[in-house]
Amino acid sequence: MVDPLDRQILRHQRKGLLRFIVCGSVDDGKSTLIGRLLCDAKMILEDELAAVAEGCARNTSGEREIDFSKLVDGLAAEREQGITIDVAYRFFTTGERKYIVVDAPGHEQYTRNMITGASKAELAVILIDARKGVLRQTRRHAYLCRLVGIRHFVLAVNKMDLIGYDEARFRLIVEEFGAFAERVGIVDVRAIPVSGLRGDNLFGARSANMGWYDGPSLMDHLESVEVDATSDQAKPFRMSVQWVNRANADFRGFAGLISSGVVRRGDSVRVLPSGKMSKVERIVLATSDLDCAVAGQSVTLTLTDEVDCGRGDVIAIADDPPEVADQFEATIVWMSESALLPGRAYWLKLGAQAVTAKAQGLKYQVNVDTLEHVAAKTLQLNAIGLATLSTDRPLVFEPYAKDRSLGGFIVIDKQSNATVGAGMLNFALRRSQNIHWQATALQRDDRAQLMNQKPAVLWFTGLSGAGKSTIANLVELKLRRMNRHTFLLDGDNVRHGLNKDLGFTDADRVENIRRVGEVARLMTDAGLIVIAAFISPFQAERDMVRRLMAPGEFHEIFVDTPLAAAETRDVKGLYKKARAGQLKNFTGVDSPYEAPNDPELRIDTTKLSPEEAADLVIQLLIP
Amino acid sequence: MPPMELTHLQRLEAESIYIMREVVSEADRPVILYSIGKDSAVMLHLACKAFYPSPPPMPLLHVDTTWKFRAMYEFRDRVARESGMELIVHHNPEAMAQGINPFDHGALHTDLWKTEGLKQALDKFGFDVAFGGARRDEEKSRAKERIFSFRSADHRWDPRNQRPELWDLYNVRKRKGESIRVFPLSNWTELDVWLYIHLENVPVVPLYFAERRPTVKRAGSILMVDDDRFRLQPDETPLQRSVRFRTLGCYPLTGAVESVATTPREVIQEMLSTKTSERCGRAIDRDHGASMERKKQEGYF
Repeated sequence: MVDPLDRQILRHQRKGLLRFIVCGSVDDGKSTLIGRLLCDAKMILEDELAAVAEGCARNTSGEREIDFSKLVDGLAAEREQGITIDVAYRFFTTGERKYIVVDAPGHEQYTRNMITGASKAELAVILIDARKGVLRQTRRHAYLCRLVGIRHFVLAVNKMDLIGYDEARFRLIVEEFGAFAERVGIVDVRAIPVSGLRGDNLFGARSANMGWYDGPSLMDHLESVEVDATSDQAKPFRMSVQWVNRANADFRGFAGLISSGVVRRGDSVRVLPSGKMSKVERIVLATSDLDCAVAGQSVTLTLTDEVDCGRGDVIAIADDPPEVADQFEATIVWMSESALLPGRAYWLKLGAQAVTAKAQGLKYQVNVDTLEHVAAKTLQLNAIGLATLSTDRPLVFEPYAKDRSLGGFIVIDKQSNATVGAGMLNFALRRSQNIHWQATALQRDDRAQLMNQKPAVLWFTGLSGAGKSTIANLVELKLRRMNRHTFLLDGDNVRHGLNKDLGFTDADRVENIRRVGEVARLMTDAGLIVIAAFISPFQAERDMVRRLMAPGEFHEIFVDTPLAAAETRDVKGLYKKARAGQLKNFTGVDSPYEAPNDPELRIDTTKLSPEEAADLVIQLLIP
Repeated sequence: MPPMELTHLQRLEAESIYIMREVVSEADRPVILYSIGKDSAVMLHLACKAFYPSPPPMPLLHVDTTWKFRAMYEFRDRVARESGMELIVHHNPEAMAQGINPFDHGALHTDLWKTEGLKQALDKFGFDVAFGGARRDEEKSRAKERIFSFRSADHRWDPRNQRPELWDLYNVRKRKGESIRVFPLSNWTELDVWLYIHLENVPVVPLYFAERRPTVKRAGSILMVDDDRFRLQPDETPLQRSVRFRTLGCYPLTGAVESVATTPREVIQEMLSTKTSERCGRAIDRDHGASMERKKQEGYF
């Protein structure tokens, strides 16, 4: 006979896991509901309850009224302001399941935190204050949860006690939410009337206060909702390689988490993006070898052949591999105070792959309230938009709708290292498979040789009026006298032609430099020495141009003139206009200038004449 | 083949292993913060699984206060020997010189030995990513912390400016001097840890199991008289009681519970019926409302 304790332990061991997110607006009673749920699940223990009770007011009969919300708002700033700032994760367990509750803030300004919480959840509880009904935030939360792929929804209409448990009001809210849910493609919604404060319909039996409701309580629903934890296993096998384990000369294993499918010993697999084929030799998990492993397990695979495979590669079932491409359409959620700038290079991390990516352009931005598509040039904090992306190397991917692991990515700013965005790949653009490099008979070295010089880019950066064009002109004259073939690209001049469609917003400045960089590269291909004079206020774009050129070909020259000095000169009268408010986005006045981190040459124009400066530049080029 | 539904422990294990491999792939010099407790033990066990058949490719760091239980030091040295990993023990020389101790110095004891000691050790050895065994169910401010917790060059945590953490995608990029604390057990609970210890036979310090030990009751806590540095008050005589510990820290600051559980199985049995939280015996958690949050902002684990 099995010991009752062992049976109990076995039951705890074998429990499944359900991650769900609770979304609500400020003051919908979210913290109270979660606090109550934890309390009823016996997850709040005596000393914790006592600590909270200490701070709570006494009611008329002298007992302390427990404020359940105090159980969950953990940060000092949250207690001060009575709001939830960041995502919190709570745990409770029943006989059937272990639950991870994602407690997401309701404030619009914390949308990024909500997306963070929703990305791994399997079910969403959308909380509504029965008195207020469906709000802008309700729609926003439901839309975002659906966007990241949540399929199961609970509509918890809270504070029913405050509207006299009114059935008609409940039905009205359910209907209104249902109409919106349908539009965003939410199919499975279970509406439950509850009171977090009084505990109606949260746990166990149905509330006696709402005889008209015949559905399950919130907890009964969570216990029984069928979340198909094995659906990932039905998909074709894929595993991103995180780490190559070379324990000894005989062991070369590929470690990773299986994101979909099942793998068995002897299966034929393909390594992407190279496409090399092999067979699975061993499936190692600690000291034991497995015959087979499934989606959700972290394992180490060894293959029968010595194939080239490293971090970022994907091992997939041979006859049904994922796609590889370098241009995509993607939905992007922006999470940073500094807007997404099309043309700027960011890190993109997808699975274990990290590449440089640029948004080519934005097709539109979504108004989450009305679901309308609005024209957009950039994405601001918390905006959601559709963009075309290009990457500097091919990515192994799946459309997000098919596979969260190979379709979801984060965007990282190259300067600050902050996570600034999240995205979902929709599909690869056909042109990424159809445009090929045209091989030319003459190579760049041949052309340079003909000109008897080494191609180079002399990139002058600095504030307006710093003296960039003056020095650049002198440099070109001097090089001409030395029989060098040059071309001068000037900021003002290109804006009359190539870039006449661009303005002076941050986004347009990035695109301006991107185009000039491409032109400069073509000219170095032709063998020329390119002299470029552009304010080019951002380090990220100067670095981008640098990366376009061969190593050692790009020379960043910082014409360092203090703002006050440039403003006194004011050759073109632009500072005067900017100060008068007649000129927007003027660098140094109401638009930032990032001085170079590590230029090849810094010219202090308060100490040097233009002639002397030009000589220094020549020395840099021809030592 | 019929689908195989993974248990919650299998899913937690897979997630922790994934996190550890991600760090080792992207960090310059990772380290495991080893505090000799049960969470450290599970973390080490997971690391051995994650990198098998290689040994975990990082050292163990113990930031010591000199006031741990004697059984903890014995256990620590044995584990280091058996795992084949390098063990670094750091003592804050300043705290050593000033003779900082839990009897005379209260909060300063934790601050100097642990917070300052940790920062010194990370800087001294150039560790850029440090694993900690903290769990989100332990304390309210922990529940708000990301799995990858970014720290500035002076080790500060800014709860209002944490990196969004989506899917399984962790951003490990940082500048020189900045560091990241990583908590692979974030989603585990105390019960999960014990179920795992039971299931996988993870060795833990014997202090977690009941035994008759010399103790005194003081201010509602049962303290163990572990060595002759313990200052008895005039009216106190140590009594033999059958006790065990739910968490382990500095022995004069760690309260025991009366218990008869001598195996992980019996500990689980006790846990399923307990009415008090795990850290209620830890004096340092009770300083005042937001003390853990404040300590974390200053660089505490």
